[in-house]
Amino acid sequence: MEKMSRVTTALGSSSISGRTMFCHLDAPANAISVCRDATQVVVAGRNIFKIYALEEEQFVEKLNLRVGRKPSLNFSCADVMWHQMEENLLATAATNGAVVTWNLGKPSRNKQEQLFTEHKRTVNKVCFHPTEVYMLLSGSQDGYMKCFDLRKKESVSTFSGQSESVRDVQFSMKDYFTFAASFENGNVQLWDIRRPDRYERMFTAHTGPVFCCDWHPDDRGWLATGGRDKMVKVWDMTTNRAKEIFCVQTIASVARVKWRPERKWHLATCSMMVDHNIYVWDVRRPFIPFATFEEHKDVTTGIVWRHQHDPHFLLSGSKDSTLYQHMFKDASRPVDRANPEGLCFGLFGDLAFAAKESLISGDASRKPYPGGDRRYPIFFFKKPNPTEQFAHVSSALSVFESSVESRHMDWLVKTARLYLLSGKPFAELCDHNAKVAKELNRPQVSTTWTMLRIMFSDPANLSTPGPNHIGKLGTLPLMNSFSMKEMGTGLVAEGRLERSKGESRQDNLHLEPGNSLINSNNDENEETEGSEGQAEYMFGDAELDDDDLYSMEHENHAAEEQEYTLPQEAFPLRHEIMDNPSAPEHLQQDKADSPHASGNEAEVMCLTPIESFSLISISQPLFSPHLPAQFFCPVVREMLIHYAEQGDVQMAVSVLIVLGDRIRKEIDDLTQEHWYTSYIDLLQRLELWNVSNEVIKLSTCSAITCLNQTSTTLHVNCSNCKRPMSNRGWICDRCHQCASVCAVCHHVVKGLFVWCQGCSHGGHLEHVMNWLKSSSHCPAGCGHLCEYT
Amino acid sequence: MRHATAATETMGNNSIIVTDLKICTSCERLSKKDLGIRIPRPLGNGPSRFIPEKEIQVSKVDPRTQSIFEDAFAALGRLDNISLVMGFHPQYLENFLKTQHYLLQMDGPLSLHYRHYIGIMAAARHQCSYLVNLHVNDFVQVGGDPKWLNGLEGAPKKLQALGELNKILAHRPWLLTKAHIENLLKAEEHSWSLAELIHAVVLLTHYHSLASFTFGCGITPEIHSDGGHTFRPPSLSQYCVCDIANGNGVCSSLRMTSSEVSGEVEVLMERMKQLQECRDEEEASQEEMATRFEREKTESMLVATAEDDECVPSRDVSRHFEDPYGYKDFSRRGEHVPTFRVQDYSWEDHGYSLVNRLYPDVGQLLDDKFQMAYNLTYNTMATHKDVDTSMLRRAIWNYIHCMFGIRYDDYDYGEINQLLDRSFKVYIKTMVCSPEKTTKRMYESFWRQFQHSEKVHVNLLLMEARMQAELLYALRAITRYMT
Repeated sequence: MEKMSRVTTALGSSSISGRTMFCHLDAPANAISVCRDATQVVVAGRNIFKIYALEEEQFVEKLNLRVGRKPSLNFSCADVMWHQMEENLLATAATNGAVVTWNLGKPSRNKQEQLFTEHKRTVNKVCFHPTEVYMLLSGSQDGYMKCFDLRKKESVSTFSGQSESVRDVQFSMKDYFTFAASFENGNVQLWDIRRPDRYERMFTAHTGPVFCCDWHPDDRGWLATGGRDKMVKVWDMTTNRAKEIFCVQTIASVARVKWRPERKWHLATCSMMVDHNIYVWDVRRPFIPFATFEEHKDVTTGIVWRHQHDPHFLLSGSKDSTLYQHMFKDASRPVDRANPEGLCFGLFGDLAFAAKESLISGDASRKPYPGGDRRYPIFFFKKPNPTEQFAHVSSALSVFESSVESRHMDWLVKTARLYLLSGKPFAELCDHNAKVAKELNRPQVSTTWTMLRIMFSDPANLSTPGPNHIGKLGTLPLMNSFSMKEMGTGLVAEGRLERSKGESRQDNLHLEPGNSLINSNNDENEETEGSEGQAEYMFGDAELDDDDLYSMEHENHAAEEQEYTLPQEAFPLRHEIMDNPSAPEHLQQDKADSPHASGNEAEVMCLTPIESFSLISISQPLFSPHLPAQFFCPVVREMLIHYAEQGDVQMAVSVLIVLGDRIRKEIDDLTQEHWYTSYIDLLQRLELWNVSNEVIKLSTCSAITCLNQTSTTLHVNCSNCKRPMSNRGWICDRCHQCASVCAVCHHVVKGLFVWCQGCSHGGHLEHVMNWLKSSSHCPAGCGHLCEYT
Repeated sequence: MRHATAATETMGNNSIIVTDLKICTSCERLSKKDLGIRIPRPLGNGPSRFIPEKEIQVSKVDPRTQSIFEDAFAALGRLDNISLVMGFHPQYLENFLKTQHYLLQMDGPLSLHYRHYIGIMAAARHQCSYLVNLHVNDFVQVGGDPKWLNGLEGAPKKLQALGELNKILAHRPWLLTKAHIENLLKAEEHSWSLAELIHAVVLLTHYHSLASFTFGCGITPEIHSDGGHTFRPPSLSQYCVCDIANGNGVCSSLRMTSSEVSGEVEVLMERMKQLQECRDEEEASQEEMATRFEREKTESMLVATAEDDECVPSRDVSRHFEDPYGYKDFSRRGEHVPTFRVQDYSWEDHGYSLVNRLYPDVGQLLDDKFQMAYNLTYNTMATHKDVDTSMLRRAIWNYIHCMFGIRYDDYDYGEINQLLDRSFKVYIKTMVCSPEKTTKRMYESFWRQFQHSEKVHVNLLLMEARMQAELLYALRAITRYMT
């Protein structure tokens, strides 16, 4: 924290040196102030009132002004100011409404000189006149400002702000008679010290209290204000109406603002709550602080530049009971850490990327974006301004356009539209979705749906098997699936062949002890399968949908639709098989073998174990119907995670919704929420509002369902007076007319209101629908040809 | 719906045996319609047990109030008795409804049923069956799980964790530390986010103070909720039941007439005038000021002790929410309350910023509401016009904050003693600390010459001051946690 660097700055007559250093105070500070020659600083707070000498290496306590056995509330300071002309003179504002002046030249221990108790409420601010020795100004919570002549016992003039509390008062540096006052209601007033009856000018600077203001030390027209609305604004007061010339948005309410000496555009701010840092802003670059001091552990309550002509030293006091001297060169520069890169996706997959020019040009040798995309580097330059000390960054913007054929989003949109997520029995939903996927040439997804149906369908509910199979294949679905495997082997690449063989071997193992019917029906099955070509891919694709091999065969899949429903028909058979005592062994064997099988192919086909499991799981219910659906949950979970990782979050979410309670508990809420939000985001980008709403509605994550409860306000204007209707949708507050009258029944519409965008007549949804069935003209009789679709 | 089935007894303090009373015309009318259908009959006439019905009549309000009522009705589908009573002060009511609507219905970090449930928790803390019933309905309507209503144990862990905060805030907010906040925010899967916590805190304080208002004004149950109606045919006597419940009958004629209280307002005004004038002359020393504050603070702890003996009928709702910790343990007799200096943590500077940062717009809404309540004045006192009441309002506000240990450096607490007499203090203290003990007698015994609307005004002040005090403690704890 403490950097042992030394800096010596020559400043004509006086020279200041020092380093970043701090000292512990006994109590939180409320305000600090320095004396004119920058050698001493006074710290004031509720329980502290001390003067420290600024030495080169450290702060040295010089004087404790809080004397007396029973410190009174007069010592409880809200603000303190050291006179800039008279080095022995201090003034404090007390929380109980007292204004106290202190004379350091007094010989006694108690340096208190004058006590003014004219304010009824807490005094927020005191301010000495910059050139006049005896003039002191105070601003209080009671809404009054008072000007004191220190040679007199009481105030010489009182200024009424005609409003609640005064938060800050500041004499203008250049205009002898002018001072500015900021108020809790957001106003700033300018006063002439000679005219206590009325302010010269008033304007609203902020919404909510203006906590502070500061005149520019050099430019006579500039006033900086900071408010609870987190803004710092710089006003040009030379014109007739105060004009806002700069505005800096900070992250917390602004408690103090101080222009930086010798730097025209810089000002320092600290905040009242939450944020503990001190920022120095270049008002022309309002988005990122020029420098930051991050030493304090609690809110900074007072900042002051050590010397009025030296921009390198900043002093600060804080509620964490420390007093700091910050060296400007030790400040952190957020600009250096800022990331001048930006990346954004367009709706149609275009990608815009902005980065430092140096990075882009260094990349020139890089290959163009794969896929033959074009890139347009655009370079931006900002004219260097010699007075700006900001690092000059020029950045290049590149836009990558994705080519037409690489737009893969079509299937996503279609799938999203066509999938059914609820409203039908589970099995039907799966079938429907499988069909949708298949039509879109996504056989893997399609197969997954089918498998899910098999795995999770409750046997009791399976009274409605696939529509077109029973008669034909009767009791032999089992055989079908396996024989088709064997048939398919000839058509696949070597790696696959091996695996398929392995699997069929296992399959046959299962089957042999089984039913003799298998053989008798085998021919028939072969015929069926043969006619359907690559039946086997239904399973193969589950692993390999992006494999080139399959892309050419997609056209065949339409013919295979029947295949998907096959396993359902296995159920009549099940009871027979169930009796087979060897079933559990097979199951085990399956389990043992399958990783092996997939292991074989791992190198060749990049198969993941999940898929081999899913293959097996088809057969499992056939052999061991005792298996509860939960048995598959881990497998399905893996599968969903797999899909999500592949980027197909649509699948993950759709399955999640369709399976509902069957799988929900397997996947932790956070992951689910993450999937939901990604999918919903995707849908909304593609403007699929209906689908996204359906997904939100069907989701079970509380975080997601409550999305539907946000931003559900619909703003309507009165059809009569065209003004917004505040609370009710059907009667206007202003003209007291019922705004939405049904053109058919002439009653007020309080629920769903449908209206024609052409003639703006309308009414009850039902009435308008009925009307337009029989007539094509507007029911209001305006002659417009309305249309209801 | 079985909540507060005991609420018929909750009519409580002026429960009168119904048997031999006469029927008034309106009751008669109701009973004549007997076609075998059981028609519910309101148990009390008018929205308040303390205020005669004729004072509050929807048909007689000015257009502005009328339109606010209409808005409220359109938004909620009901016009509750609280709004009707607040209708005395339409400007405030508007702010109040806007804030409440925002807290319960608009965008916010908590889901809707959570919001109502927190409302129930807070109201149950003060055994306010009126608010609990209102929100039990809403809670079920927005899809809340009725099992939760069996008590806090039925609710998710997350809400259970809030129980402690609820208890401390309601009774001893000064005990709140950053450790409490940390416990809520770092409870792994049951933890609250900061934004949710702020929302919850605002809701809790809102309903604690609203419970104060409900009891302070003797709000009667809504007709549709349990305890709001009866199917029993009214019976014969000189007065109808309903009249006795809210002083429509004899009681109102007895009020105001006693000559001994006639000078009350004048005395008060005289004192205010004196304070205004001599303020500059006698400056109390600092120590004197400090002792005055301490005196008020400790005294405020003792004021209500006389009423402690009164037995509080236990009600079904709150029984579900009560914990073995016990309610009585929280009676504050003789307890030392640490001093909270408002100059170090004020609503305007600190609280507002924190709330607005974490729950946008609510800071502004609350700020408007506080200011409205604090600054509301018609420059009247009882029958006197053009009176500057700011001093009186400030005394009430600061007295309530004083009870919470909140001190204003720039206030002379001696003023409170001058302006607020004992019966008034008893009322304030009861309403703020244990509102369920408020009785009609207390309501009537303070400020006997003042209008009912003025008493409602006082109630608004109490409510907002209490809310701000609780909020200040809660927000300070959160700020400390954050730094």
